[in-house]
Amino acid sequence: MFPAAFDYVAPQTMDEVLALLAERGDEAKVLAGGQSLIPLLKLRFASPALLVDIGRVPGLTGIGRDNGTLTVRARTRHIDVEAAHDLRGSFGVLHDAAPQISDPLIRNMGTVGGSLCHADPAGDWGAVMLATGAEMTLRSVRGERRVHITDFLQGPFTTALEPDELLTDVRIPVPGGQTGGTYLKLERKVGDFATVAVAVHLVLEGGGGDARIAGAGIGLCAVGPHSLKATDAEASLLGRPPTAEVIAEAARLAAAAASPKSDVRGSADYKRDVVRIFVERGLAIAAERAGWHQGPSPRLWGFTAPGVGGDGA
Amino acid sequence: MRVTVTVNGASQSAQAEPRTLLVDFIRTRLGLTGTHVGCDTSNCGACTVLLDGVPVKSCTLLAAQVEGRSITTVEGLAAGGSLHPVQAAFHADHGLQCGFCTPGMMLVGAALIQRNPDPSEADVRWAISGNICRCTGYMNIVKAIRDAAGQMAAAEVGATPAESPTAEVA
Repeated sequence: MFPAAFDYVAPQTMDEVLALLAERGDEAKVLAGGQSLIPLLKLRFASPALLVDIGRVPGLTGIGRDNGTLTVRARTRHIDVEAAHDLRGSFGVLHDAAPQISDPLIRNMGTVGGSLCHADPAGDWGAVMLATGAEMTLRSVRGERRVHITDFLQGPFTTALEPDELLTDVRIPVPGGQTGGTYLKLERKVGDFATVAVAVHLVLEGGGGDARIAGAGIGLCAVGPHSLKATDAEASLLGRPPTAEVIAEAARLAAAAASPKSDVRGSADYKRDVVRIFVERGLAIAAERAGWHQGPSPRLWGFTAPGVGGDGA
Repeated sequence: MRVTVTVNGASQSAQAEPRTLLVDFIRTRLGLTGTHVGCDTSNCGACTVLLDGVPVKSCTLLAAQVEGRSITTVEGLAAGGSLHPVQAAFHADHGLQCGFCTPGMMLVGAALIQRNPDPSEADVRWAISGNICRCTGYMNIVKAIRDAAGQMAAAEVGATPAESPTAEVA
Protein backbone atom coordinates (compact mmCIF):
# COMPACT_ATOMS: atom_id res chain seq x y z
CA MET A 1 0.00 0.00 0.00
CA PHE A 2 1.11 3.54 -0.64
CA PRO A 3 -0.58 6.92 -0.32
CA ALA A 4 -2.04 9.06 -3.09
CA ALA A 5 0.48 11.63 -4.33
CA PHE A 6 0.98 14.80 -2.29
CA ASP A 7 3.37 17.70 -2.02
CA TYR A 8 5.69 17.55 0.96
CA VAL A 9 7.43 20.34 2.83
CA ALA A 10 9.50 20.16 6.00
CA PRO A 11 9.84 23.75 7.25
CA GLN A 12 12.66 24.66 9.62
CA THR A 13 10.72 27.31 11.56
CA MET A 14 7.35 27.86 13.19
CA ASP A 15 6.79 31.01 11.07
CA GLU A 16 7.15 28.99 7.87
CA VAL A 17 4.68 26.38 9.13
CA LEU A 18 2.08 28.99 10.06
CA ALA A 19 2.53 30.84 6.75
CA LEU A 20 2.02 27.59 4.82
CA LEU A 21 -1.08 26.72 6.84
CA ALA A 22 -2.47 30.24 6.34
CA GLU A 23 -2.03 29.87 2.60
CA ARG A 24 -2.95 26.21 2.03
CA GLY A 25 -4.47 25.00 5.33
CA ASP A 26 -7.68 23.79 3.68
CA GLU A 27 -5.81 21.25 1.55
CA ALA A 28 -2.95 20.50 3.94
CA LYS A 29 -2.36 18.11 6.82
CA VAL A 30 0.27 18.57 9.49
CA LEU A 31 2.59 15.57 9.87
CA ALA A 32 4.06 15.03 13.34
CA GLY A 33 4.94 11.42 14.21
CA GLY A 34 2.67 10.11 11.45
CA GLN A 35 1.62 6.97 13.32
CA SER A 36 -2.08 7.63 12.69
CA LEU A 37 -1.83 9.87 9.62
CA ILE A 38 0.40 7.63 7.49
CA PRO A 39 -1.88 4.57 7.90
CA LEU A 40 -4.83 6.82 6.92
CA LEU A 41 -2.92 8.02 3.85
CA LYS A 42 -2.03 4.45 2.89
CA LEU A 43 -5.65 3.33 3.22
CA ARG A 44 -6.61 6.45 1.19
CA PHE A 45 -9.02 7.54 3.93
CA ALA A 46 -7.17 10.84 3.70
CA SER A 47 -5.59 12.37 0.60
CA PRO A 48 -4.38 15.89 1.38
CA ALA A 49 -2.66 17.83 -1.40
CA LEU A 50 0.10 18.93 0.96
CA LEU A 51 1.86 17.44 3.98
CA VAL A 52 3.54 19.92 6.31
CA ASP A 53 6.13 17.92 8.28
CA ILE A 54 6.78 19.74 11.57
CA GLY A 55 9.51 17.26 12.56
CA ARG A 56 12.29 19.84 12.04
CA VAL A 57 10.67 22.79 13.83
CA PRO A 58 12.52 23.59 17.08
CA GLY A 59 10.77 24.21 20.41
CA LEU A 60 7.97 21.69 19.99
CA THR A 61 9.29 18.88 22.21
CA GLY A 62 9.63 18.29 25.93
CA ILE A 63 7.72 18.47 29.19
CA GLY A 64 8.14 21.48 31.49
CA ARG A 65 6.72 22.54 34.83
CA ASP A 66 6.46 26.14 36.05
CA ASN A 67 4.00 28.59 37.64
CA GLY A 68 1.49 25.92 38.48
CA THR A 69 1.39 24.50 34.97
CA LEU A 70 2.67 21.29 33.46
CA THR A 71 3.38 21.95 29.78
CA VAL A 72 3.58 19.09 27.31
CA ARG A 73 4.80 20.39 23.96
CA ALA A 74 2.95 19.05 20.97
CA ARG A 75 5.66 16.88 19.40
CA THR A 76 6.57 15.18 22.70
CA ARG A 77 6.50 11.48 21.89
CA HIS A 78 4.59 8.87 23.90
CA ILE A 79 7.95 7.30 24.83
CA ASP A 80 9.10 10.64 26.29
CA VAL A 81 6.09 10.67 28.66
CA GLU A 82 6.72 7.02 29.48
CA ALA A 83 10.31 7.93 30.39
CA ALA A 84 9.35 11.03 32.44
CA HIS A 85 9.50 9.28 35.79
CA ASP A 86 8.99 12.50 37.77
CA LEU A 87 5.34 12.37 36.60
CA ARG A 88 4.91 9.15 38.58
CA GLY A 89 2.29 9.30 41.32
CA SER A 90 1.04 12.89 41.25
CA PHE A 91 0.67 12.82 37.45
CA GLY A 92 0.31 9.06 37.29
CA VAL A 93 -2.56 9.58 34.85
CA LEU A 94 -0.02 10.63 32.18
CA HIS A 95 2.78 8.31 33.24
CA ASP A 96 0.50 5.26 33.30
CA ALA A 97 -1.24 6.11 30.01
CA ALA A 98 1.91 6.46 27.90
CA PRO A 99 3.19 2.84 28.13
CA GLN A 100 -0.29 1.53 27.28
CA ILE A 101 -0.44 3.32 23.93
CA SER A 102 0.00 0.95 21.00
CA ASP A 103 3.46 -0.68 21.12
CA PRO A 104 7.01 0.49 21.90
CA LEU A 105 7.94 1.06 18.25
CA ILE A 106 4.90 3.22 17.60
CA ARG A 107 5.58 5.12 20.83
CA ASN A 108 9.07 5.92 19.54
CA MET A 109 7.47 7.99 16.74
CA GLY A 110 3.93 8.90 17.79
CA THR A 111 3.32 12.23 19.54
CA VAL A 112 0.94 13.53 22.21
CA GLY A 113 -0.16 16.49 20.08
CA GLY A 114 -0.60 14.41 16.95
CA SER A 115 -2.77 11.96 18.82
CA LEU A 116 -4.95 14.73 20.29
CA CYS A 117 -5.44 16.41 16.89
CA HIS A 118 -6.30 13.04 15.33
CA ALA A 119 -9.08 12.76 17.96
CA ASP A 120 -9.74 9.07 17.56
CA PRO A 121 -12.58 8.13 19.97
CA ALA A 122 -10.28 5.32 21.16
CA GLY A 123 -7.22 7.59 21.43
CA ASP A 124 -5.77 7.59 24.93
CA TRP A 125 -4.64 11.20 25.42
CA GLY A 126 -8.11 12.71 25.05
CA ALA A 127 -9.36 10.97 28.20
CA VAL A 128 -6.16 11.87 30.06
CA MET A 129 -6.48 15.56 29.18
CA LEU A 130 -10.18 15.56 30.15
CA ALA A 131 -9.23 14.14 33.56
CA THR A 132 -6.52 16.76 34.10
CA GLY A 133 -8.51 19.72 32.72
CA ALA A 134 -5.88 20.59 30.12
CA GLU A 135 -5.86 23.54 27.74
CA MET A 136 -4.69 23.31 24.14
CA THR A 137 -2.57 26.15 22.76
CA LEU A 138 -3.46 26.76 19.12
CA ARG A 139 -1.34 29.09 17.04
CA SER A 140 -1.83 30.64 13.60
CA VAL A 141 -0.71 33.77 11.78
CA ARG A 142 -3.83 35.35 13.33
CA GLY A 143 -2.41 34.83 16.82
CA GLU A 144 -2.66 32.36 19.65
CA ARG A 145 -5.65 31.04 21.55
CA ARG A 146 -6.24 28.55 24.35
CA VAL A 147 -9.03 26.03 24.07
CA HIS A 148 -10.11 23.81 26.94
CA ILE A 149 -10.01 20.11 26.11
CA THR A 150 -13.78 19.81 26.59
CA ASP A 151 -14.26 22.32 23.76
CA PHE A 152 -11.37 20.98 21.70
CA LEU A 153 -12.80 17.47 21.28
CA GLN A 154 -15.94 17.86 19.18
CA GLY A 155 -16.66 14.46 17.67
CA PRO A 156 -15.06 11.42 16.07
CA PHE A 157 -11.83 12.66 14.45
CA THR A 158 -13.11 16.23 14.83
CA THR A 159 -11.55 19.02 16.90
CA ALA A 160 -11.79 22.79 17.29
CA LEU A 161 -8.55 23.17 15.32
CA GLU A 162 -9.00 25.56 12.36
CA PRO A 163 -7.29 24.68 9.08
CA ASP A 164 -4.68 27.42 9.56
CA GLU A 165 -3.91 26.48 13.19
CA LEU A 166 -1.16 24.38 14.75
CA LEU A 167 -1.39 22.79 18.21
CA THR A 168 1.85 23.86 19.89
CA ASP A 169 1.42 22.63 23.45
CA VAL A 170 -0.92 21.26 26.09
CA ARG A 171 -1.11 23.00 29.48
CA ILE A 172 -2.17 21.01 32.50
CA PRO A 173 -2.95 22.83 35.75
CA VAL A 174 -0.91 21.78 38.79
CA PRO A 175 -3.25 22.45 41.72
CA GLY A 176 -2.32 22.95 45.35
CA GLY A 177 -2.87 19.94 47.59
CA GLN A 178 -1.88 16.36 46.96
CA THR A 179 -2.60 14.96 43.50
CA GLY A 180 -2.72 11.38 42.33
CA GLY A 181 -3.97 9.57 39.27
CA THR A 182 -3.80 6.57 37.01
CA TYR A 183 -4.90 5.26 33.63
CA LEU A 184 -6.50 1.86 33.30
CA LYS A 185 -7.01 0.27 29.90
CA LEU A 186 -8.55 -2.95 28.68
CA GLU A 187 -7.23 -4.11 25.31
CA ARG A 188 -7.36 -7.51 23.65
CA LYS A 189 -3.65 -7.44 22.88
CA VAL A 190 -0.75 -5.00 22.72
CA GLY A 191 -1.35 -2.53 19.92
CA ASP A 192 -5.11 -3.02 19.71
CA PHE A 193 -7.49 -0.13 20.21
CA ALA A 194 -8.90 0.17 23.72
CA THR A 195 -12.02 -1.85 24.50
CA VAL A 196 -12.44 0.60 27.37
CA ALA A 197 -10.00 2.90 29.13
CA VAL A 198 -10.40 5.24 32.06
CA ALA A 199 -8.27 8.22 33.16
CA VAL A 200 -8.53 9.35 36.78
CA HIS A 201 -6.95 12.37 38.47
CA LEU A 202 -7.67 13.45 42.07
CA VAL A 203 -6.68 16.39 44.26
CA LEU A 204 -6.86 15.88 48.06
CA GLU A 205 -6.74 18.64 50.63
CA GLY A 206 -6.24 18.22 54.37
CA GLY A 207 -4.29 15.37 55.91
CA GLY A 208 -5.07 11.97 57.35
CA GLY A 209 -8.71 11.11 58.05
CA ASP A 210 -9.76 14.72 57.42
CA ALA A 211 -8.68 14.67 53.79
CA ARG A 212 -11.32 15.78 51.34
CA ILE A 213 -11.45 15.63 47.55
CA ALA A 214 -10.82 19.16 46.26
CA GLY A 215 -10.61 18.26 42.59
CA ALA A 216 -11.67 15.24 40.56
CA GLY A 217 -11.18 14.44 36.90
CA ILE A 218 -12.51 11.32 35.17
CA GLY A 219 -12.01 10.79 31.43
CA LEU A 220 -13.55 7.87 29.56
CA CYS A 221 -11.99 6.46 26.37
CA ALA A 222 -13.61 4.41 23.59
CA VAL A 223 -17.13 4.55 25.05
CA GLY A 224 -18.56 7.48 23.05
CA PRO A 225 -18.19 9.52 19.84
CA HIS A 226 -15.18 11.15 21.45
CA SER A 227 -13.46 10.87 24.83
CA LEU A 228 -16.01 11.73 27.53
CA LYS A 229 -15.74 13.64 30.79
CA ALA A 230 -17.76 11.97 33.55
CA THR A 231 -18.95 15.25 35.06
CA ASP A 232 -21.66 13.86 37.38
CA ALA A 233 -19.21 11.39 38.84
CA GLU A 234 -16.63 14.14 39.31
CA ALA A 235 -19.15 16.42 41.04
CA SER A 236 -20.22 13.62 43.39
CA LEU A 237 -16.69 13.35 44.75
CA LEU A 238 -16.07 17.01 45.59
CA GLY A 239 -15.78 17.87 49.28
CA ARG A 240 -16.01 14.26 50.37
CA PRO A 241 -13.38 11.80 51.62
CA PRO A 242 -12.40 9.06 49.12
CA THR A 243 -14.03 6.24 51.06
CA ALA A 244 -15.15 3.00 49.44
CA GLU A 245 -18.81 4.17 49.44
CA VAL A 246 -18.02 7.55 47.87
CA ILE A 247 -15.86 5.90 45.22
CA ALA A 248 -18.49 3.26 44.43
CA GLU A 249 -21.13 5.94 43.88
CA ALA A 250 -18.84 7.89 41.52
CA ALA A 251 -18.10 4.68 39.62
CA ARG A 252 -21.84 4.07 39.09
CA LEU A 253 -22.32 7.64 37.85
CA ALA A 254 -19.35 7.33 35.46
CA ALA A 255 -20.79 4.11 34.02
CA ALA A 256 -24.10 5.92 33.46
CA ALA A 257 -22.25 8.68 31.55
CA ALA A 258 -20.67 6.21 29.11
CA SER A 259 -22.40 5.55 25.80
CA PRO A 260 -20.54 2.54 24.42
CA LYS A 261 -21.48 0.62 21.28
CA SER A 262 -21.55 -3.14 20.98
CA ASP A 263 -18.85 -4.35 18.62
CA VAL A 264 -16.23 -7.07 18.16
CA ARG A 265 -14.53 -5.96 21.38
CA GLY A 266 -17.59 -6.48 23.58
CA SER A 267 -21.22 -5.63 24.17
CA ALA A 268 -22.32 -2.17 25.30
CA ASP A 269 -23.41 -3.59 28.67
CA TYR A 270 -20.06 -5.25 29.19
CA LYS A 271 -18.15 -2.09 28.33
CA ARG A 272 -20.31 0.01 30.61
CA ASP A 273 -19.58 -2.35 33.48
CA VAL A 274 -15.85 -2.22 32.73
CA VAL A 275 -16.12 1.58 33.05
CA ARG A 276 -17.66 1.15 36.50
CA ILE A 277 -14.99 -1.31 37.66
CA PHE A 278 -12.11 0.71 36.22
CA VAL A 279 -13.32 4.00 37.70
CA GLU A 280 -13.66 2.30 41.07
CA ARG A 281 -10.15 0.83 40.90
CA GLY A 282 -8.72 4.00 39.40
CA LEU A 283 -10.14 6.28 42.08
CA ALA A 284 -8.81 3.99 44.82
CA ILE A 285 -5.33 4.07 43.27
CA ALA A 286 -5.50 7.83 42.69
CA ALA A 287 -6.57 8.50 46.30
CA GLU A 288 -3.77 6.35 47.64
CA ARG A 289 -1.23 8.15 45.47
CA ALA A 290 -2.59 11.48 46.73
CA GLY A 291 -1.80 10.36 50.28
CA TRP A 292 -5.03 8.67 51.41
CA HIS A 293 -4.26 5.68 53.59
CA GLN A 294 -7.50 4.94 55.40
CA GLY A 295 -8.04 1.22 55.44
CA PRO A 296 -8.02 -1.20 52.55
CA SER A 297 -8.75 0.06 49.06
CA PRO A 298 -12.16 -0.99 47.81
CA ARG A 299 -12.34 -4.21 45.88
CA LEU A 300 -8.96 -4.25 44.22
CA TRP A 301 -8.73 -8.05 44.33
CA GLY A 302 -5.00 -7.78 44.43
CA PHE A 303 -5.03 -5.57 41.35
CA THR A 304 -2.07 -3.19 41.09
CA ALA A 305 -1.56 -0.12 38.96
CA PRO A 306 -0.03 -0.60 35.51
CA GLY A 307 3.64 -0.14 34.79
CA VAL A 308 6.70 -2.21 33.96
CA GLY A 309 8.04 -3.68 37.16
CA GLY A 310 4.53 -3.96 38.54
CA ASP A 311 5.05 -1.99 41.74
CA GLY A 312 2.76 0.72 40.48
CA ALA A 313 4.86 3.34 42.23
CA MET B 1 12.77 14.74 -4.52
CA ARG B 2 16.18 13.42 -3.54
CA VAL B 3 16.48 11.68 -0.18
CA THR B 4 19.86 11.29 1.51
CA VAL B 5 20.21 9.06 4.56
CA THR B 6 23.02 7.28 6.33
CA VAL B 7 22.26 3.58 6.03
CA ASN B 8 24.37 1.13 8.02
CA GLY B 9 27.07 3.76 8.35
CA ALA B 10 27.29 4.80 4.69
CA SER B 11 25.62 7.81 3.12
CA GLN B 12 23.04 6.79 0.52
CA SER B 13 21.08 9.03 -1.80
CA ALA B 14 18.24 8.25 -4.18
CA GLN B 15 15.28 9.84 -5.92
CA ALA B 16 11.90 9.22 -4.32
CA GLU B 17 8.38 10.58 -4.57
CA PRO B 18 7.26 12.31 -1.36
CA ARG B 19 4.76 9.50 -0.82
CA THR B 20 7.46 6.81 -0.85
CA LEU B 21 7.40 4.82 2.37
CA LEU B 22 10.73 4.25 4.08
CA VAL B 23 10.38 0.47 3.77
CA ASP B 24 9.92 0.74 0.00
CA PHE B 25 12.81 3.17 -0.27
CA ILE B 26 15.08 0.73 1.58
CA ARG B 27 13.96 -2.34 -0.39
CA THR B 28 13.56 -1.00 -3.92
CA ARG B 29 15.83 2.07 -4.11
CA LEU B 30 18.63 0.78 -1.90
CA GLY B 31 18.16 -2.92 -2.63
CA LEU B 32 18.29 -3.96 1.02
CA THR B 33 15.60 -6.63 1.18
CA GLY B 34 16.30 -7.82 4.72
CA THR B 35 13.70 -5.28 5.85
CA HIS B 36 10.42 -7.10 5.29
CA VAL B 37 6.91 -5.96 4.47
CA GLY B 38 4.56 -7.98 6.63
CA CYS B 39 1.16 -6.59 7.55
CA ASP B 40 1.77 -3.17 5.96
CA THR B 41 -0.59 -1.75 8.60
CA SER B 42 1.79 -0.87 11.48
CA ASN B 43 0.97 -4.00 13.46
CA CYS B 44 3.59 -6.69 12.88
CA GLY B 45 7.05 -5.10 13.10
CA ALA B 46 8.58 -7.13 10.22
CA CYS B 47 9.64 -3.77 8.71
CA THR B 48 11.49 -2.64 11.86
CA VAL B 49 14.61 -0.53 11.33
CA LEU B 50 16.60 1.54 13.80
CA LEU B 51 16.24 5.30 13.32
CA ASP B 52 19.17 6.95 15.09
CA GLY B 53 19.40 3.75 17.14
CA VAL B 54 15.71 3.58 18.07
CA PRO B 55 13.40 0.91 16.61
CA VAL B 56 10.58 2.18 14.41
CA LYS B 57 8.21 0.68 11.82
CA SER B 58 9.46 1.66 8.36
CA CYS B 59 6.06 0.97 6.75
CA THR B 60 4.71 3.88 8.80
CA LEU B 61 7.34 6.47 7.92
CA LEU B 62 7.96 8.42 4.75
CA ALA B 63 11.46 8.26 3.33
CA ALA B 64 11.33 12.07 3.25
CA GLN B 65 10.89 12.19 7.04
CA VAL B 66 14.28 10.59 7.69
CA GLU B 67 16.27 12.91 5.39
CA GLY B 68 19.71 13.45 6.95
CA ARG B 69 19.20 10.86 9.67
CA SER B 70 20.80 7.50 10.35
CA ILE B 71 19.17 4.12 9.65
CA THR B 72 20.31 0.65 10.68
CA THR B 73 18.80 -2.33 8.86
CA VAL B 74 19.39 -6.01 9.60
CA GLU B 75 22.19 -5.95 7.01
CA GLY B 76 24.02 -3.50 9.29
CA LEU B 77 24.12 -5.81 12.31
CA ALA B 78 27.02 -8.02 11.24
CA ALA B 79 30.33 -6.21 11.28
CA GLY B 80 33.61 -7.24 9.67
CA GLY B 81 32.26 -10.58 8.47
CA SER B 82 31.21 -11.85 11.89
CA LEU B 83 27.68 -12.03 13.18
CA HIS B 84 26.41 -9.55 15.74
CA PRO B 85 26.04 -11.29 19.14
CA VAL B 86 22.25 -11.03 18.77
CA GLN B 87 22.39 -12.80 15.41
CA ALA B 88 24.72 -15.45 16.83
CA ALA B 89 22.39 -16.01 19.78
CA PHE B 90 19.34 -16.36 17.49
CA HIS B 91 21.32 -19.03 15.62
CA ALA B 92 22.50 -20.82 18.76
CA ASP B 93 19.13 -20.68 20.54
CA HIS B 94 16.95 -21.52 17.52
CA GLY B 95 15.38 -18.07 17.84
CA LEU B 96 13.62 -18.37 14.48
CA GLN B 97 11.45 -20.77 12.58
CA CYS B 98 10.30 -19.28 9.25
CA GLY B 99 12.55 -16.26 9.77
CA PHE B 100 10.17 -13.60 8.46
CA CYS B 101 9.98 -11.63 11.72
CA THR B 102 13.65 -12.22 12.55
CA PRO B 103 15.20 -9.01 11.18
CA GLY B 104 12.80 -6.93 13.27
CA MET B 105 13.23 -9.08 16.36
CA MET B 106 17.02 -8.89 16.16
CA LEU B 107 17.08 -5.12 15.63
CA VAL B 108 14.72 -4.58 18.58
CA GLY B 109 16.90 -6.91 20.66
CA ALA B 110 20.10 -5.09 19.69
CA ALA B 111 18.54 -1.70 20.46
CA LEU B 112 17.27 -2.93 23.84
CA ILE B 113 20.69 -4.26 24.88
CA GLN B 114 22.28 -0.97 23.82
CA ARG B 115 20.00 0.83 26.28
CA ASN B 116 19.72 -1.86 28.94
CA PRO B 117 22.74 -4.21 29.03
CA ASP B 118 21.04 -6.65 31.42
CA PRO B 119 17.39 -6.94 30.36
CA SER B 120 15.03 -9.11 32.39
CA GLU B 121 12.57 -11.42 30.66
CA ALA B 122 9.88 -8.77 31.26
CA ASP B 123 12.09 -6.10 29.67
CA VAL B 124 12.61 -8.24 26.58
CA ARG B 125 8.92 -9.07 26.29
CA TRP B 126 8.13 -5.34 26.63
CA ALA B 127 10.66 -4.50 23.89
CA ILE B 128 9.35 -7.07 21.38
CA SER B 129 5.67 -6.41 22.12
CA GLY B 130 5.33 -4.52 18.81
CA ASN B 131 6.81 -7.39 16.81
CA ILE B 132 4.74 -10.43 15.93
CA CYS B 133 6.17 -13.93 15.37
CA ARG B 134 3.41 -15.89 13.68
CA CYS B 135 5.35 -19.14 14.25
CA THR B 136 4.89 -18.13 17.93
CA GLY B 137 8.53 -18.84 18.70
CA TYR B 138 8.65 -16.24 21.42
CA MET B 139 10.29 -18.45 24.06
CA ASN B 140 13.48 -18.83 22.05
CA ILE B 141 13.42 -15.25 20.79
CA VAL B 142 13.37 -13.99 24.39
CA LYS B 143 16.08 -16.51 25.34
CA ALA B 144 18.27 -15.45 22.41
CA ILE B 145 18.06 -11.74 23.24
CA ARG B 146 18.88 -12.38 26.89
CA ASP B 147 21.75 -14.72 25.97
CA ALA B 148 23.11 -12.10 23.57
CA ALA B 149 23.04 -9.54 26.38
CA GLY B 150 24.97 -11.97 28.57
CA GLN B 151 27.54 -12.57 25.82
CA MET B 152 27.98 -8.86 25.22
CA ALA B 153 28.33 -8.13 28.95
CA ALA B 154 30.92 -10.91 29.26
CA ALA B 155 32.84 -9.55 26.28
CA GLU B 156 32.66 -6.07 27.80
CA VAL B 157 34.46 -7.12 31.00
CA GLY B 158 37.03 -9.09 29.01
CA ALA B 159 35.90 -12.47 30.25
CA THR B 160 35.91 -15.37 27.80
CA PRO B 161 32.58 -17.12 27.82
CA ALA B 162 32.84 -20.90 28.08
CA GLU B 163 30.75 -21.31 24.97
CA SER B 164 30.53 -18.33 22.67
CA PRO B 165 27.83 -18.59 20.03
CA THR B 166 29.74 -15.97 18.04
CA ALA B 167 32.74 -18.25 17.81
CA GLU B 168 30.59 -21.23 16.79
CA VAL B 169 29.21 -19.71 13.65
CA ALA B 170 31.70 -17.03 12.70
